[in-house]
Amino acid sequence: MSEDLYQEALVAMAKSGIGAGRLEAPDGTATADNPLCGDRVTVDVRMDGGRVRELAHKTRGCLLTQAAAACVADHVPGMDADDAASLAEAVRRWLAGEGDPPAGLEIMEPVRAVRSRHECVLIAYEALRDALGNAGTSR
Amino acid sequence: MSLAPGRPLRARFPIFAAMSGQPFHYLDNGATGQIVDVAADALLGFETRSRANVKRGVYGLADAATVAFDKARASMAAFLGAGSSEEIVFTSGTTMALNIVAHGLAGELRPGDRIVSSVLEHHSNIVPWQLVAGPAGAVVRAIPATGEGRLDLDALAAMVDERTRIVSVTHVSNVTGAVSDIARIRALAPDAILVVDGAQRAPHGPLDVQAMGCDFYALSSHKMFGPTGAGVLWGRGERLDALPPFLGGGEMIRRVSFDGTSYARPPHRFEAGTPPIGPVLGMAAAARWLMQQDWSAWAAHEKRLGERLLNGLAAIDGVRVHGPQGLQERLGIVAFEVDGVHAHDVCQMLGDRGVCLRGGHHCAQPLMERFDVAATARASLAPYSDADDVDALLQGLPEVIGRLR
Repeated sequence: MSEDLYQEALVAMAKSGIGAGRLEAPDGTATADNPLCGDRVTVDVRMDGGRVRELAHKTRGCLLTQAAAACVADHVPGMDADDAASLAEAVRRWLAGEGDPPAGLEIMEPVRAVRSRHECVLIAYEALRDALGNAGTSR
Repeated sequence: MSLAPGRPLRARFPIFAAMSGQPFHYLDNGATGQIVDVAADALLGFETRSRANVKRGVYGLADAATVAFDKARASMAAFLGAGSSEEIVFTSGTTMALNIVAHGLAGELRPGDRIVSSVLEHHSNIVPWQLVAGPAGAVVRAIPATGEGRLDLDALAAMVDERTRIVSVTHVSNVTGAVSDIARIRALAPDAILVVDGAQRAPHGPLDVQAMGCDFYALSSHKMFGPTGAGVLWGRGERLDALPPFLGGGEMIRRVSFDGTSYARPPHRFEAGTPPIGPVLGMAAAARWLMQQDWSAWAAHEKRLGERLLNGLAAIDGVRVHGPQGLQERLGIVAFEVDGVHAHDVCQMLGDRGVCLRGGHHCAQPLMERFDVAATARASLAPYSDADDVDALLQGLPEVIGRLR
């Protein structure tokens, strides 16, 4: 089972370092914690009107959390802010068995069967949603 | 009859028959122990053949339930070395027991009073104190941990003053396995109310709370091979007498009136509502069974396995144990970090090999901060653990590291 979970594409994504770091003076920033294990993702966003122009994340977490944060950084810049903010709910529903995977999460298909790891994937998207909420006033 | 520890003991634990035919190396005893057959029989026997509420009915079935409940109280008093059965309060577990003490003592706290907890504590021995300290204007301070994950009692000596009203510490760390020197803590804080979280210690044999010198002691059934949902708060007689109730309801009163309600004497004052009768009877059966065992043989077994585990982990490149290196004043609870690999990923992959570990912060975030880690993996031993379990971990770990790093 875990061999599926930790397939090469996921491990590569986790280790890619895409978007790793912080933005200087971001328009919005938020941190999400996984209360089960203490993992933590902080997402910074810079806006351009109603779109996400730039995004960075600081992630302390397992391979799943790192891969999810890298997915966020890979796919979200250029997106409409409302669409990006709705990803957290879409990811939650997809993990619960509904609908298609949001862009980039195809590599995480096996996680859906492991209930205790759903939170690992979700927190990056929750930090994104909250960062966009913080940035709302400045866009 | 006392059984040899290790594999022979497994005949008494139904989980091993249920899991036969697949790899099963249960090393998560710090989270919960497996249930022993006599405890399972007592639980199911009550729920299916003898069920009636306690302390209420007068018909035969109800009276028998009350008698069994009283007998369970006596068994737990014997297991703990309590002065009397009246000092045994049945709770839902250690968390509830600690909350009963914290909320009961809240009224005694004055602004500037100090409650001393420690960096080694489970959150259940930190948060209840914070909940009651805030409104009272009292302050919760933490005994620091030494580098090897023990209570720094030299620091405690400097912390205790006349405003220190309560000291509440763990008997055994659920992360480092370190055994606290309760007698020295008692000597360092002779005037404070001393509360001990015994959740991790209880599965390792009968206790003597009176000799220990504490005022309150809490334990959970499920960690000492009983059912989930039960636990004990022991309180020294005069301390329990002075403690107001935490939860109100049936069974905890003497007389109820809208002009004023008076409360029952301990232990009933702290047992509002229908108690977890089946789990309590199971816990007591587990305690009686534990009291019949040869604890010197079981302790020697745990020490041998603990050494095998610690030495094996030390030999794996990039693995660091957070806790005392030897087994002096330490039980077989071993938390470790793998360089460059997250604890959850380690636990997930070892789980496929049937190696059951806990990964995470172990509800001890202040200690994780102290060690500057987000999470660790933890192996925790029980008397039914054997060398195969330890070896499955030690053999699987390098493969997992090779795959994930």
